[in-house]
Amino acid sequence: MADDMLLKVRDLVLHFRTIHGTVQAVDHVNFDLAHNRAVVVLGESGCGKSSLAKAILRLLPRNVEKYSGEVFLDGQDVMKLDDEEFRLSVRWVGMSMVPQAAMNALNPVLRVGEQVAEPAMIHLGMKKEGAIQTALKMFQHVGVPEDFLGRFPFELSGGMRQRVAIAMALVTSPNLIILDEPTSALDVLTQANIFNVLKRIKSELGTSFILITHDIATSSELADEVVVMYAGQIVETGDAARFFTAPLHPYSQKLMASVPRLRGTKELEFITGQPPSLVNLPHGCRFAQRCPQVFGRCKEDPPDVKQDGRMVKCWLY
Amino acid sequence: MTMNNFKKSLQEIARYPSAIVGAVVILILIGVAIYTMITIPYQKAIDLWRGGEDVWYQNPKTVPPEWFNLFTKKKEPISFVINTQKGNLTRTINTHSDGSSTITLTYKFDYQFDDFPQDIALYFNSKYVQKQPFASLEWTTPDGRKIQVANFAVPAQFTYRVSQDSVLQTKLYGVDPEIALFADPKSPDPKNPIPIKGTYQLVITGITWEKNSDISAEFVFLGQVAGLAGTDFYRRDLMVALLWGVPVALAFGLIASVCTSVLTMIIAAIGAWYGRWVDGLIQRITEVNLVLPFLPILIMIGTLFSRSIWVILGATVALSIFTGQIKAYRAIFMQVKETTYIEAAKAYGASNWRIISLYLIPRMIPTLIPSLVLSVPSFVFLEASLAVLGLGDPTLPTWGKIIDDAFNYGALYKGLYYWILEPAVLLMITGLAFALLGFALDRIFNPRLREA
Repeated sequence: MADDMLLKVRDLVLHFRTIHGTVQAVDHVNFDLAHNRAVVVLGESGCGKSSLAKAILRLLPRNVEKYSGEVFLDGQDVMKLDDEEFRLSVRWVGMSMVPQAAMNALNPVLRVGEQVAEPAMIHLGMKKEGAIQTALKMFQHVGVPEDFLGRFPFELSGGMRQRVAIAMALVTSPNLIILDEPTSALDVLTQANIFNVLKRIKSELGTSFILITHDIATSSELADEVVVMYAGQIVETGDAARFFTAPLHPYSQKLMASVPRLRGTKELEFITGQPPSLVNLPHGCRFAQRCPQVFGRCKEDPPDVKQDGRMVKCWLY
Repeated sequence: MTMNNFKKSLQEIARYPSAIVGAVVILILIGVAIYTMITIPYQKAIDLWRGGEDVWYQNPKTVPPEWFNLFTKKKEPISFVINTQKGNLTRTINTHSDGSSTITLTYKFDYQFDDFPQDIALYFNSKYVQKQPFASLEWTTPDGRKIQVANFAVPAQFTYRVSQDSVLQTKLYGVDPEIALFADPKSPDPKNPIPIKGTYQLVITGITWEKNSDISAEFVFLGQVAGLAGTDFYRRDLMVALLWGVPVALAFGLIASVCTSVLTMIIAAIGAWYGRWVDGLIQRITEVNLVLPFLPILIMIGTLFSRSIWVILGATVALSIFTGQIKAYRAIFMQVKETTYIEAAKAYGASNWRIISLYLIPRMIPTLIPSLVLSVPSFVFLEASLAVLGLGDPTLPTWGKIIDDAFNYGALYKGLYYWILEPAVLLMITGLAFALLGFALDRIFNPRLREA
């Protein structure tokens, strides 16, 4: 069963070296993703969501202290490839990415058509003409008018730039696209629009998504599965429908409680305190200091509890 | 920077009159350079410049250009030549029964100047088997006086200069012959004689003793002004060097500036992108190079190795790549490197070289182009400075070489300003043209520099 998985992440570790000490941005993370599924990665700012994306795509900064684990893409452990093999056979071939602040992810001196055509020229060995034609097809998928091909990024609105960035992720038709907060700087109408585009792509092209976001409400539109990260670790994974109705981990529960509801007078909740610094992590459960249901055992490292297809890292279960 | 933007930027130049002036002057200089290289090919230029008296005997020494007369009340005599091709020369032959003959060469010229010439020279050629022909020279002034100049036997090749004829000088009461022959005896001040204006005539009566023996002479009047640019102490027309200085200066300036700027930028980009030891190495080389004295190294290369302009150009470029500019470019690249679109490019698998050439370097072009244009004059001046230091290319005639020659001859002490000013003005015009264009380009490509 596990071998049918598109992506398997095992014990993925990414630590950074800073002047303050080692930052454990991604700490022994495990999760799976099947074909044509979308997983939403939730969590507060600074909990390691973006680092997880970078670790999977091996987009590492200079100050990496530890980078280990296994990432299986279609059964192949891509962590064993050297940088050049990885660049040629994984990036944009196996999986692509819409980077954070995608509005700024376009080269200001290239026309967007050429920009979208770039990955096709690099990876599919296409000539410029053919690559631009492919780019045009992708523009139709994401709903960008044809005549935008010849424009420069600064001539486009934020929403259009976002679509262009998504078109660029699609152009080599990879099975997996990682979207790092794709809608964070956009107005709600454009957000909804982008999510509709993503949904359509998923059904038409059978692409899988890893969607990193703060926006629980909007992401529930797309999500098949949910991964909740806290302080560099995954604290809960599971089926989206069941997660959104009944989250298991106390952190997930608090997170869900902070989402506004349309009806009801319930006051919005927030979690008191700050997430722990990723440099000085507390012993035991990392959420213990802020957890309303904390008890004696929380001082010990919590286990991964599996419960009919869901996983939760908590002593309560 | 794409082609379209680039074109737009170039069109914007039209809004800066100073840039148009600069561009026009540069175009004229390029035109002159091409014209020079076609009309005076390299080998011919070198032959001319290194040729001695044989080539330049028709020119006086160290005289200003002819157009000086336009600005002075006292008209200086212009050099000219009378020979079988040019000027008023009549030749009559009387053959006698004994095989000897009398050849009369009459040189006539109109003299309308207010000063005396530098010299008059006669270049004799004669044909004979055993007995040299005999020549006697008679000078006729406009007021009808006849002066017996000299009598002598003529060898196959012989040069006669009036200024060096001491016998004639004695005959003319000790006055220099080139003055006395033209001076009005009725001048109010005998110490400051005035030349008589009018038609002068020199008659050479040659007597040949043998059949087929012949005599001819070229009359060279060495005035006080010559040519379009004047002459130097080797009688060389400075125009040759002034013209050839244009392609040399442009080639040196442009090649050095383009190579230096582009290589500096590429190396800075490589360092900033790869980081680690690559960057470290480039930065250390730069720091070492920054403390190396530029000029003494060039002088050493010029003295010990080669003074060829290409060697000096290569050394200049090599020493100018790793300068403070590389640190300035690196600082900008480090900033650009962290932008999201570079990370995106990395994510979609663009190769290192693709990122450097398509993402990093285009961001630098607006900074590069103005600085490239602005650095041309400094390299042009450098080439001239090296020539003045005696490190100029020994074969090529250049502006710096003219200044060097003038300096060695003490031109300024002797009041020969034209000799230094001509190349200096050309250097200034070249520098100004590139500066005017460069400043305008800087404003166009970096709009923030514009005043509100």
